Amino acid sequence: MKKSAVGRRMPSVLAGLLSLVPALALAQEEAVLNSGDTAWMITATALVLFMTIPGLSLFYAGLVRSKNVLSVLMQCFALTGLMSLVWAIYGYSLAATDGGALNQWIGSLDKLFLAGLTVDSLSGTIPESVFMTFQMTFAVITPALIVGAFAERMKFSAMIWFMTLWITLVYVPIWHWVWGGGWIADLGALDFAGGTVVHINAGVAALMAALVLGKRKGYPTTAMPPHNLGLTVIGASMLWVGWFGFNAGSQLAADGTAGMAMTVTQLATATAALTWMFAEWMNHGKPSVLGIATGAVAGLVAITPASGTAGPMGAIAIGFAGAVFAFIASTKVKRALGYDDSLDVWGVHGVAGIVGAILTGVFADASLGGAGLAEGMTIGSQVWVQFISVIGTLVYGGIVSFILLKLIDLIIGLRVNEEQETEGLDLALHDERGYII
Amino acid sequence: MKLVAAIIKPFKLDDVREALGDIGVSGITVIEVKGFGRQKGHTELYRGAEYVVDFLPKIKIEIAVDDDMVDKVIEAISGAARTGKIGDGKIFVFGLDQVIRIRTGETGPDAL
Repeated sequence: MKKSAVGRRMPSVLAGLLSLVPALALAQEEAVLNSGDTAWMITATALVLFMTIPGLSLFYAGLVRSKNVLSVLMQCFALTGLMSLVWAIYGYSLAATDGGALNQWIGSLDKLFLAGLTVDSLSGTIPESVFMTFQMTFAVITPALIVGAFAERMKFSAMIWFMTLWITLVYVPIWHWVWGGGWIADLGALDFAGGTVVHINAGVAALMAALVLGKRKGYPTTAMPPHNLGLTVIGASMLWVGWFGFNAGSQLAADGTAGMAMTVTQLATATAALTWMFAEWMNHGKPSVLGIATGAVAGLVAITPASGTAGPMGAIAIGFAGAVFAFIASTKVKRALGYDDSLDVWGVHGVAGIVGAILTGVFADASLGGAGLAEGMTIGSQVWVQFISVIGTLVYGGIVSFILLKLIDLIIGLRVNEEQETEGLDLALHDERGYII
Repeated sequence: MKLVAAIIKPFKLDDVREALGDIGVSGITVIEVKGFGRQKGHTELYRGAEYVVDFLPKIKIEIAVDDDMVDKVIEAISGAARTGKIGDGKIFVFGLDQVIRIRTGETGPDAL
């Protein structure tokens, strides 16, 4: 994603026109609203919100047992509300403003409570309100992704506490490091739409949550099959559609890069869905619906950081690699290690996110059909920078998430009691049932 | 009088109902059931997690008939429900002490 308001190219026609009228050019040079860009970004913002509610919510809802279907829908919906407010009150300011002496690490409090954001404020060629809201939808979906790791056993109150602290102490700083001019941006790491900020970040927090909360009662001896794969497929399909807003929207403009981002997103996802389907067909003898839907999500994740730089054939390679690694992580490694990442947030978002982030450095090169590396960068040096950005996110996100979870466990407890877990969170925590039939 | 109970594959119900109709059976009771026999269950796989499902869905039908009809009923059910593959089901025959038609109060073979 481009930094807000920095370095946006003026459309050449407009620039040419302005050069003919020097006085006007002086007056207008600062920033000009482009209605095409604005129209696309308002649409993209809606698409990204659509990814969380109802896309991700339904994807997860179908995967849990019927007694917990409302609990995950509720968690995603509540996070949508909560994160929107956090982002508006202080998240956006700390993430997206210049932090002065501390800019390597965090932004400033200059835009606390969205101070200074008016109908006339611009961010590049779009209204700042649109840029801020677009980013708000990213701040909504990232915590919601983590829900899958602790599904069916976390206290709702503990979830609210954890997510509020996590967005503040993990998501916002890492956003600033990568997109706000912080140290990862300074290294020259490529993360177009959120491989590190969103997916690796959510993935490692999810892994920590699965480890700190422990397994669901009965896992893995008791059967816990998804209760409604139809919902899951609908959710995965909505994610796929919404992801065009996520990736192509991250250009913050309606231009050629946005168009290519859409193309590579489609190709990587198509490849990954089929890869998972064939992998399962070969391993188990039958292709499964859950498999092809999961593969699609792995492909969407893997192409996310590369969507502004990879070419179409690079996207196919990234989608393939993302699905293969996520398949192994979710179906083999998780079972071998015995942790209960219930809906495979680490296995899909973490692992495919890492694969995508690393390969972004490879397929950005012009010789492999990409948009080209920055001056002085080689594939080797770019991959090294990508690697550092991955490790930085994993280490910081992992440690802080772990500490937050332990603290909350100590103070109010993370898990529901055994009786509530057996009864199901829908009745135990919400006094409601998903199905009255 | 006898009560014939048969466990069959669900997709064979229509064929069995037709075969029974052809030989003049005037009523059957159908129950959806689950169970296992030599066919055992099946396995389901979700992202590498394999679950063994022990009980398979089957259909149980019950027919009350007079003694002279029993062989014909068994023949009709076996003929219609057979696929030759494991899991085709079983037929059980019980003695039936009494039958009463609730509407008229008729009893015995008259009530069948």
